[in-house]
Amino acid sequence: MNTSPNPQSKTVTVSVQESVLTLEGRLLIDSVEQTQRSMHHTNLDTVLSIDISSLSQMDTAGAWLVVDHQRLAAQHGITLEITGASPEQAQLIETVKRSMAPEDQRTPAALSIADRFEGYGRKVVRGYRMTVELVSFLGQVIATLGGIIRHPRRLRLTSVVHHCQEIGVSAVPIVALMAFLIGVVLAFQGSAQLRQFGAEVFVVDLIAISILRELGILLTSIIVAGRSGSAFTAAIGSMKMREEIDAMRTLGLDPVTILVVPRVLALMLMLPALGLIANISGLIGGALMSWIELGVSPAVFQSRLVSNTDVWHFAVGMIKAPFFALIIGIIGCYEGMKVGGDAESLGRLTSASVVLSIFMVIVVDAMFSIFFAVVGV
Amino acid sequence: MEAVDDPIIRVRGLVTRFGTHTVHDGLDLDVRRGEIIGVVGGSGTGKSVLLRAIVGLLEPNAGQIEVFGESVRSTSDEEYRALRRRWGVMFQDGALFSSLTVRQNVEAPMREQLKLEDTLRETLAGIKVRMVGLPENAMAKYPSELSGGMRKRAGFARAIAMDPEIVFLDEPTAGLDPIGAAAFDILIKQLQASLGLTVFLVTHDLDSLHAICDRIAVLADQKVLAVGTMEEMLQIDHPWVHEYFHGPRARAALSSAQKEETH
Repeated sequence: MNTSPNPQSKTVTVSVQESVLTLEGRLLIDSVEQTQRSMHHTNLDTVLSIDISSLSQMDTAGAWLVVDHQRLAAQHGITLEITGASPEQAQLIETVKRSMAPEDQRTPAALSIADRFEGYGRKVVRGYRMTVELVSFLGQVIATLGGIIRHPRRLRLTSVVHHCQEIGVSAVPIVALMAFLIGVVLAFQGSAQLRQFGAEVFVVDLIAISILRELGILLTSIIVAGRSGSAFTAAIGSMKMREEIDAMRTLGLDPVTILVVPRVLALMLMLPALGLIANISGLIGGALMSWIELGVSPAVFQSRLVSNTDVWHFAVGMIKAPFFALIIGIIGCYEGMKVGGDAESLGRLTSASVVLSIFMVIVVDAMFSIFFAVVGV
Repeated sequence: MEAVDDPIIRVRGLVTRFGTHTVHDGLDLDVRRGEIIGVVGGSGTGKSVLLRAIVGLLEPNAGQIEVFGESVRSTSDEEYRALRRRWGVMFQDGALFSSLTVRQNVEAPMREQLKLEDTLRETLAGIKVRMVGLPENAMAKYPSELSGGMRKRAGFARAIAMDPEIVFLDEPTAGLDPIGAAAFDILIKQLQASLGLTVFLVTHDLDSLHAICDRIAVLADQKVLAVGTMEEMLQIDHPWVHEYFHGPRARAALSSAQKEETH
């Protein structure tokens, strides 16, 4: 069958003579469509056999075409014979015949409105289950943390330090730059508005309160969620994919103690530190822009900052940091643990982890705002 | 080593190195048209590297590789693409695209290289999936939902999607249960006969070697140490080859193969 092929001659000639349909040439996958069309033009009723003895080559697709034609004829009550097949061709035709689609294949029904509702219902249930799972994962991590406090030797200190380096130290440049630019933008935009009232000097309060209380820590959390939360999901997820997590369990090692706790702990230590750096850098950016744009000298900026800004503004921001860290860490690790066997789920869950943790950070931030407003700080 | 007339794959003086580590040093191999050749060798002797070099995934440091009489390395992109259509590769564990279903995996090479109507392509892919013995409900499944044996079958289906003349199989029976492995052996033999395939089989499975291989090539000492039938392999007194074909597992495989023949 594998005679040296000639790429130029791709055509198959179809001819009908005295109830015999003769195929000639090379019946290969490239020429099947064209051959199929010309075979359908022939009148089925007059053909009683297909002669394939002149075919120099025939592949699976070609064999399918012949078998399919036979099947179509059978539907019209005609028994077609295939003649002139070499032993190899006969074997191929036999193999293809065995592999034809079953006759009673059902076509899938179109989506009805009920199906769509069912889909929504399933989504809601899935969302509810995920919430429960997430909360129970949080509980598991906190319980493990509690156990570590009672038995400090269980803590993987090296791992914690390593993650502090990855999450904290490596993120300093990007966080500092981001906060600096936010300070610059606030000073610039604030001065343009406040100048209309001749209240330029209040730009110091504007910058101090917005950065210390909200923006510094919120934007740091968003950057860390994108940088480290996604890294948690990807790292734990690929370990899950290669069955490393299962291997740990069989060795009596607790993945939560080894993988999750050091990451969450490092994040809770590092996020306040990064928040502090963001605050300082944001104030420097704001002071610089105020000086350039409004002529508020650094000395005036400093004295106004110290005398007019309540220390609680700073405290409010810092109190939120460990909670944001916990949210990012828990969601990042949880999504990583959910990764299944395929590469697709790794990518999907990594992006889901970032989106969900940023969303949750903002939700919790809003809740904190209400809380602090109620308690009056 | 005796040269073969009109070999379908011809490797001469192949040298591959990774850094300072030499994998092949002057390796020669001929594969005849229409045969099943089994390539064996200890771990790290470069069986998979040889396969990768032949299909052009890896650039050898020296040597000549000809498939269908054409040099794999010195072809233009166009020629290489035409050449590639004439072989199929099944990697260990299938290497299926995880974002596609089994049927779409089999369709992938057809979609890339041919312009076919969707229904025709689906029908042909369906035939290939059934040919490798996968059940009807496996077509719409994703690789992660399949067992190891089914993944291998699906990988095989993708390898033969374009009706290639040569299929390269990298350890097709590794990790399968004995029944599954024997069934896979039969499958290879059947499809080889009905599709007229030449099969390049990298394997460790002594049962496969007995059951389906026409010839065996032994890789050792960075060369092809010997090529021949199973009977010829048993006569060779190189220590590794002797150990391999006369070890307890080999004897077990041999006796079971002989039992089958007498039955």
